[in-house]
Amino acid sequence: MSQTETRGSAVAQTTDTEQPPVDAPAGVPLDNRSGRFGDRLFSGISLAAGIVILVVLAGVAAFLIRDAIPAVVASPEELDRDTSFWGYVGPLVAGSVVASLIAILVATPVGVGIALFISHYAPKRLAQPLGYVIDLLAAIPSVVYGAWGALVFGAALVPGYAWLSEHLSFIPIFGPTHSTTGRTLLTAALVLAVMVLPIITSLCRELFLQTPKLHEEAALALGATRWEMIKAAVFPFARAGIVSAVMLGLGRALGETMAVALVLSPGPLTASLISTGNSTIPAEIALGFSEAFGIRRSELIAAGLVLFVITLVVNVLARLVVARYKDFSGAN
Amino acid sequence: MSKSIEAIDLDVYYGSFLAVEGVNIRIEPRTVTAFIGPSGCGKTTFLRTMNRMHEVLPNATVKGQLLLDAEDIYASGVDPVRVRSKVGMVFQRPNPFPTMSIRDNVLAGFRLNGIRMGKAQADEITERSLKGANLWNEVKDRLDKPGSGLSGGQQQRLCIARTIAVQPEVILMDEPCSALDPISTLAVEDLIGELKEHYTIVIVTHNMQQASRVSDKTAFFNIAGTGKPGKLIEFDYTDKIFSNPSVQSTEDYITGRFG
Repeated sequence: MSQTETRGSAVAQTTDTEQPPVDAPAGVPLDNRSGRFGDRLFSGISLAAGIVILVVLAGVAAFLIRDAIPAVVASPEELDRDTSFWGYVGPLVAGSVVASLIAILVATPVGVGIALFISHYAPKRLAQPLGYVIDLLAAIPSVVYGAWGALVFGAALVPGYAWLSEHLSFIPIFGPTHSTTGRTLLTAALVLAVMVLPIITSLCRELFLQTPKLHEEAALALGATRWEMIKAAVFPFARAGIVSAVMLGLGRALGETMAVALVLSPGPLTASLISTGNSTIPAEIALGFSEAFGIRRSELIAAGLVLFVITLVVNVLARLVVARYKDFSGAN
Repeated sequence: MSKSIEAIDLDVYYGSFLAVEGVNIRIEPRTVTAFIGPSGCGKTTFLRTMNRMHEVLPNATVKGQLLLDAEDIYASGVDPVRVRSKVGMVFQRPNPFPTMSIRDNVLAGFRLNGIRMGKAQADEITERSLKGANLWNEVKDRLDKPGSGLSGGQQQRLCIARTIAVQPEVILMDEPCSALDPISTLAVEDLIGELKEHYTIVIVTHNMQQASRVSDKTAFFNIAGTGKPGKLIEFDYTDKIFSNPSVQSTEDYITGRFG
């Protein structure tokens, strides 16, 4: 490859010298060595950056696997509990996934709705400040969210939980009793929803604003209302991007530690979302890691590895979803 | 189907800027009318007022009347969405929905308006519209492929098929061939001749040969200078405009002695 390139440029140079002297400006030599050096430098830098990412990722994975193995293969006696590692991590996985899914289910429609409002409905004077306010939500540290969720938001939800447990307790998730502090998995999920909202909103807003005018007008000229135009032109254009935005949000929700650790008063797995109990992997690690050593530390790292794998699977699934629509993405 | 259009003292504004002033024109049903004139003279702006598309741009407004047969489309209470489903539009650059198949592009007008139909009916409409746009033979084997995979000329004919699928009264074309090669242009021009039997057609074009080839009547728009409003200078039979125009500036423009 590089050989043919050099040969090609050599030919180009000889023909250049054979040309009668052209009136090229004196300061611009025809052989562009310095430009080619810049090209090579830049491709080297970007290659190095790509390699560094892979090395870091591989390093993290190797560390997690090495330190996790002792706990994964250990017997219940070694772990000093009545189940194997999988029995320990299962409830945590369930808690993490359930909390994140609720957060995404709540945040996606709200986030997409706000983004649409900003991009296509709101008058310009309102749209911009609203956009800034949403972006500001992302600037609040998660420990503040945690404190707010535990002290204010959770307490405010208690009457709602009381109502749910009184009228809907036949559904297991609104279990027989309810927490009187409001520090439950559902509160944690709702706090997570607020936290991922700015991610989904700002990504979607940028996408919606980039919808080609041509396609919007095509829909309008066919007699579409604004909402029909959005369905025909804006959503299809943004579909892949919405999926990515939701996946980024899901990643954030799955990995969020501090807010959940503060909001949730952790306990064993229960079906009920509104009574005390349940925990998530990041919260479990954060609460236990500083006092853990030996096999217990290995156990927490193994839990981290499980989270790592879940996030990876989520991202691969997202890619597959996006790839399914590739032919129809408008990129061709 | 096919209605007349009449503009009475129509002014078009962008904010406080008067873009087109005092247009009076009557376009008969089942004719092709070409709008010609230099860039920025308001042809496209006026065309877009005829299906209320111009108000998609912020602060664009209209004064005066625009009658579709006898009905003023700017009367209060008229829904622009209904106007647009009666007055179809083909744009300068082909704009099939990239995420839809060829079939869905043709049926987009129905889907958008929430009209449900059986498969047989959908197939029939798809075939009729694509045949109407002289595209059927080229795409009948790949109706489920994306519309964006077609060539530019095919895409533009797909857009015409999409427009005629909903059987509008009037079809507006905004320089429909300016992004096409000569052969595709010829295909679209032939199509315009056929569509004339059923529809009222208004076409904006920068190509005067095209105007003389496809249109029955021609309207010449001009602008006195930058910042001045565009005006309708002359509207007459195409033969007359191109052989013996009654206004000097029309003659200057069509003979290329303009400016």
